[in-house]
Parts: sequence; structure tokens; C-alpha cells
Amino acid sequence: MLSRLPASSLQSLRLSANAHSSSLLTTTVRNVSRVRYVSSNSGASSGAKSFLDSRVTLASATLFAVGSVAWYTHLYGSLPFFGEVHANSPAEEGLHPQPYPWSHNGLFDSFDHASIRRGYQVYREVCAACHSLDRIAWRNLVGVSHTADEGKALAEEVEYEDGPNDQGEMFQRPGKLSDYMPPPYPNEEAARAGNGGALPPDLSLIVKARHGGPDYIFSLLTGYVDPPAGFEIREGMNYNPYFPGNAISMARVLFDGLVEYDDGTPATTSQMAKDVTTFLNWASEPEHDERKKAGLKAVILFSALTAISLYIKRFKWSVIKSRKIIYNPPADKTHH
Amino acid sequence: MSFANTFYNALVKRNSVYVTSIFAGAFAFGVSFDLGVSSFWDNWNKGKQWKDLRAKYVQDEE
Repeated sequence: MLSRLPASSLQSLRLSANAHSSSLLTTTVRNVSRVRYVSSNSGASSGAKSFLDSRVTLASATLFAVGSVAWYTHLYGSLPFFGEVHANSPAEEGLHPQPYPWSHNGLFDSFDHASIRRGYQVYREVCAACHSLDRIAWRNLVGVSHTADEGKALAEEVEYEDGPNDQGEMFQRPGKLSDYMPPPYPNEEAARAGNGGALPPDLSLIVKARHGGPDYIFSLLTGYVDPPAGFEIREGMNYNPYFPGNAISMARVLFDGLVEYDDGTPATTSQMAKDVTTFLNWASEPEHDERKKAGLKAVILFSALTAISLYIKRFKWSVIKSRKIIYNPPADKTHH
Repeated sequence: MSFANTFYNALVKRNSVYVTSIFAGAFAFGVSFDLGVSSFWDNWNKGKQWKDLRAKYVQDEE
């Protein structure tokens, strides 16, 4: 569209604007309007003229204007100079969680497995009353947070239905390492009925499934406060600034000293929230430690290979780049 | 050029030796690289991994 615009389209605009302002400008403008193409102009005044009237200037000014509006829109979420009305305040979309210094944040950092073990204890004693964890089997804990014997002992505490036996009947048996963690409710309807219509989500992948990941989970667990003045909250709901909509069915569950850690760590609210978040992060990403270790190896190997191939390229090309081509005209062999 | 000559005479001259040394070298590099990265990893994450905790929870080690 810009290319169709004649180069002099700006001139006519400026001609009317500047015609009476200064005699010097008027003469230059008259000069230019006589000459069709700016590029064929010469002289000192035509330098500024051609800059102002060139298509490149027009295109780049347009690009600048569009770009700055786009940048503003991206940054602030709305067009500049246009008022907007929202039904929700930003707070009601859910407060953004603060980034926390997780012990597994860094590129080389593994999970803190002592924290995973404590977090499992918090999950088992607190969260498991309502939340299932159906993608984690007892065997997954072995070698991560528990020994094989401990894992077997944990599994045996739970009865699983198995069968059919040779009479064709189902029977109950103690759990094995290969069994998955038992759900607190037999089905979704029972879970809703037990929680005032709200379904407690399965926690197997919850850290991956929420914006903000572990920061969000930690903030949600520790973020229960009294609702601000004027905030209407329904019976059975609780106020949490980090939850979208701010009204969450889950009440605050973590209180200081709720569980007793077997390694003697003081069970404060934030400690338990941190441990259970680390545990859930492990449940979402059980491959995490191996992945980072393999990534480290891959980065080392691939950067070494890149360096070698760059060196070989320069080595092979050095002859080509430093050669000279000399043209020796053939001697004139035609004898006149 | 003595190193190059030694290298050539010791490894490259016979194809059987050359191929064997490449395979052995790849194996040795694989093992040592793995060990090197693992020791860095274990050192960096000292006290955080399960193998550092396991001794506390194992009942019978006989």
C-alpha cells in the first residue's frame, strides 16, 4: 500500500501548511513542486527535503508509530488513549505469585529429596484426605524419598481390590509396590458431594497444570487472608488472593505444627507448604534430575562439537579466503 | 613432527589398530565423561539427593 503512495503526497500537505510561514521555505517548496522526482534534485536544501519526503522516511515513521502502539498494547494490555471498563479488577484475576528461590531452580540443581520426603508426609497426612494422586505408584517413591522396605510398608497399609480369584470373586489384599496411590473418593460425584460441589483436582500434574507452577501452589497454600472490606464471600467459600476469582472452596489447611517431621524439621506453615510443593513438583516432573543431568552432558558435548566444526570450517576455508586470483592476459599472438 | 610420526606409527599405520583404538577411545571417553559429569553433579547437589539421605533410613545393611 505504501508503495502505491506517490512520493510527493506529503509535499502537497506541507505545501499548504508552510506556504505562508517563511519565504525561504516557500521557495524551496516551490522548487520541489516543480521537480517531480526528489532524487533528481540537487543542492543543500534538497538534502533535508529528500529526507523528509522519501518513502523510506514515510515507511519508517509509520513502522515506528505502529510499533510503539503495539509495544504499548503488549506492555499494558490495552490501546493507548482508549479508556476501558472491566468487570473484574486485576486482583480478581488472581494475584501473580512471587517467584521463590526453590532449591531446584538452577540449571544444575536437583530436587531436595529430604524435602520431597517431608512433602510426601504432608501430602499423606493432610492433602490426601481430599486430593488424589493417581499417577504416582508406591514404587515411584522407592529410590526417591523412601527405601524399598519403607515403600512396601506404606503400600501394605492400604487395602486394594484384586481378583477375580478361582471362585470368580473379587477380594481385598494389602497393597504392593506396583499399586497406585489410593484415591480418597471412589468417583468424582462422591468427591463433589463431600466438598460442597467443588472437585478437589488430582495433584499428580498440578504443578505443571497451573500458571506460576510451584510459586503459585506455595502462594495459594500460604496466602489465605481475611477478605477485604466489601468483598462478598459465599457460605463455605474462602478468600484467597492468588486464586482466580478469589473465592476458593478449599479452606486453609496448613497450620503450624500440623504434622511431625521424622527428621526434626520444625513444621511451620511455610515449611510444610514448601515441602509439599517440592513433593508435588517431583510428582509432576519425576524425570527432573535425570533431565538436567542429561542436558548438562548434551550442552558440553554439543558446544565442543560446534567449536570443532567451526575450527575445521575456518581451517578448510583459509586457503580459499587467502588466495589471490591474478589475471594474465594472453599474449597477443596475432602477428599483424 | 615427532609426535605426529609416533602417532601415525603407533595407531594409524595398521587399520586394525586404528579402528580398535577409535572404539576403545570412544568407550574410555564415554565412561570418563559420564564419571566427570556425575562427580560434578553430585558435588554441586551435595546433601540433596536420595543417595545422601538413604543411610539415615536403611534399617538392616547386612
